[in-house]
Amino acid sequence: MTVTINHYLIASLLLFSIGFFGVLARRNFLIILMSIELMLNAVNLNLIAFSRRLSDLTGQVFSVFVITIAAGEAAIGLALTISLFRQRKTLNVEEADTMRG
Amino acid sequence: MKDLIWLIPLVPLAGFLINGLVYLLSHRTKGVPHGHEAAEDGHGEAHAVPAVAGSHPPTGHGHAEAHPVIPFKALHTAVGVGSVGLACLLAFGAIFDVGLKALAAGESVTRVLYRWIPLGVNQAVGQIPGGVGEWVVDAAFRLDALSALMLAFVTFVGFLIHVYSVGYMGHEEGYGRYFAYLNLFMFAMLVLVLGANFLMLFVGWEGVGLCSYLLIGYYYEKKFAADAGKKAFVVNRIGDFGFLLGIFGVFALFGTLDFATVFGAAAANPAAYAPYMTILCLLLFVGACGKSAQFPLHVWLPDAMAGPTPVSALIHAATMVTAGVYMVARCNVFFRLAPHAMLVVAVVGAFTALFAATIGIAQNDIKKVLAYSTVSQLGYMFLACGVGAFAEGMFHVTTHAFFKACLFLGSGSVIHALAGEQDIRRMGGLAARIPTTYRTFLVATLTIAGVPGLAAFFSKDAIKAAVFHAEFEAVPWMPKLLYAVALFTAGLTAFYMFRLLGLTFWGRFRGTPQEESHIHESPRSMTVPLVVLAVLSVVSGWVGIPVVHGGNRIGEFLKSIRVPIAGHEEKAHHASLTVEFALMGAAVAVAAIGMYLAWAWYVKGEGRTPARLAVEWPGVYRAVSNKYFVDEAYETVFVRGLALDGGRVLWEVDATVVDLIPNGASAATKAISWVAAIFDQYVVDGLVNGVANALQGLFGVFRKAQTGRVQNYALVMGGGLFCLVAVYLLFR
Repeated sequence: MTVTINHYLIASLLLFSIGFFGVLARRNFLIILMSIELMLNAVNLNLIAFSRRLSDLTGQVFSVFVITIAAGEAAIGLALTISLFRQRKTLNVEEADTMRG
Repeated sequence: MKDLIWLIPLVPLAGFLINGLVYLLSHRTKGVPHGHEAAEDGHGEAHAVPAVAGSHPPTGHGHAEAHPVIPFKALHTAVGVGSVGLACLLAFGAIFDVGLKALAAGESVTRVLYRWIPLGVNQAVGQIPGGVGEWVVDAAFRLDALSALMLAFVTFVGFLIHVYSVGYMGHEEGYGRYFAYLNLFMFAMLVLVLGANFLMLFVGWEGVGLCSYLLIGYYYEKKFAADAGKKAFVVNRIGDFGFLLGIFGVFALFGTLDFATVFGAAAANPAAYAPYMTILCLLLFVGACGKSAQFPLHVWLPDAMAGPTPVSALIHAATMVTAGVYMVARCNVFFRLAPHAMLVVAVVGAFTALFAATIGIAQNDIKKVLAYSTVSQLGYMFLACGVGAFAEGMFHVTTHAFFKACLFLGSGSVIHALAGEQDIRRMGGLAARIPTTYRTFLVATLTIAGVPGLAAFFSKDAIKAAVFHAEFEAVPWMPKLLYAVALFTAGLTAFYMFRLLGLTFWGRFRGTPQEESHIHESPRSMTVPLVVLAVLSVVSGWVGIPVVHGGNRIGEFLKSIRVPIAGHEEKAHHASLTVEFALMGAAVAVAAIGMYLAWAWYVKGEGRTPARLAVEWPGVYRAVSNKYFVDEAYETVFVRGLALDGGRVLWEVDATVVDLIPNGASAATKAISWVAAIFDQYVVDGLVNGVANALQGLFGVFRKAQTGRVQNYALVMGGGLFCLVAVYLLFR
């Protein structure tokens, strides 16, 4: 069987859904960060699949940008993790609800 | 020189970078830049007052310790003041290079730096005739008559206030930080003024907002200053939300944000665009309301007085707050196509003018009086724009920049002389002690009061005449009502300004002898800008002399900003001389009455009459001196977060609203004074509380949604997105 763009898209969709579920459902801040990373990579896969299909390099260039941004996001996210842990002695996001109305 | 207009904003930006970096590096070793641990809990910038080196011992005051040594002070001064001075020279060079005549004839210089957002061709745009069909935004600057006027006074007043700051802030620890922010402000303001499209305007708009926030919260160790900064920022967000939607609307309609293209297209094809203009103009006006402190978004400006006084003069009186008026004048083509939006602008302006003036009467903080005066004068400018008198509005913007900057700097000099005192009840008799400040303050007060021959007389008269002759098809009686409001407000203005002048400078000193011994005139760097501004507040009106042929040069100069709309006849009003002089006479008479009453009550009568009135009408006095409880209402509804639970809310509504009926009935059987008391207690307070409580109950539902857990928000967002996409896929 040949691997078509649909396979990539479905894989990307699955990856994204897993990531999105993780962001919504997990309580550990670190895991949420990792789930976000998963979503970003799903988007990358999507971009590259279309880039290949359409023979347009823009998508690949864009995914390089996404990777760069993801690195920055990870750095800030980890800094936030440390800051959160120092303040609350926990990484459970359910307890970080001081903005409650 | 005119090719260098892009340099004008960039010079202060360079100043900001140098000052900011030097300040950061020079304060890195010391850790957190520690401010004064002053214990004053008063209002305003209690310790903002720098003492003149060696001229008086600053004892018994917040900073009794020796003045801090400021590293690189000479550099900060040279860069901070020099960059703005250079920008000012460049600005005037560019204006004269193009030529005043050419600008008046509608010539403009556009300088494109680079293509900022190249979105390319969009099929959706261009269905409306005149649409460009290509989504691009350039980083571009544009100099035309309107921006030239703004540019001239922004850079010049900015330069004077920078000079003044050298003296006023001379002994502040954060001297470098202050000048860095001030330079950043100048950069943002110049981008705002010179921007050639809505996006550049918006960049400057947000930039000045940021600097306003930073400078209001300059004394960030003090909670009220930090809070005031946040309040200004948040309230401005509400306005910016509307403004941003307006910009999106413009982009969607025209496919470009370039001023010339957009207004040209709208003017060439009014029938196609007119249906969209009312909503578009209202959205833009929401933005203007936020930035220019119009009711109901005016609440931030009086609190902004927590910043240093030169900041109040520069940002919150002369330049930034007039950005809203500038924007409305810039978009005059849109507004002229939307008569209903114009009506809203005029009514909001007139209401704010009157509303703020009445509050100004009962304020006791010298800067608060001036702050409400600013809100009131801004209302005047919007009133002018609302009746289509954009040139007159901009004229008042210009004269206001001079005399209000002079008043604010004068108040700074007074506060300086009194070592931080801002309460006018503890002033008095300062005229002989600080003569230069007194004379300049007197001139500026006479100007704002509308004494014939001085600047504001001409600009306010031009506005009032325009209002008088205005026409609203929907509400024919409206111009006369607006005129009456404007005239009455002019009287109130004269009254509260003379009250301020009298309480501050005349009579006898009401502070302690110790305070009295400290009174001293400010240094030269502060008095020279005052004198220059005072001279300008006299002569700046002479470019707009009505009646005389060729006297209204400012009107001629700004004529080109009114792009002629196809099919719309420009109705120039040619009022008879009798009417013109009658209007002027009325204005002078009202101003004279206001000035006389203030003098008779506060100077001659030493405040007995107002005190008696306050006792006789406690409800009115309480409402006015508490700024009509607007802050409290916002606090209850939006801020305190609807802290009561449902049952309590119902109980409150029951106690205040429902019980009003039996209480009122029983009270009616008693003496008439009782009715008055109940009225005061329940209608004045009850209305405010009742409305607040009712809203509290209503918004309790929304409160439940604020769980504080980001995941819940993400879930709702995801669900919403899912629904939107589903609807799109199903029904496309």
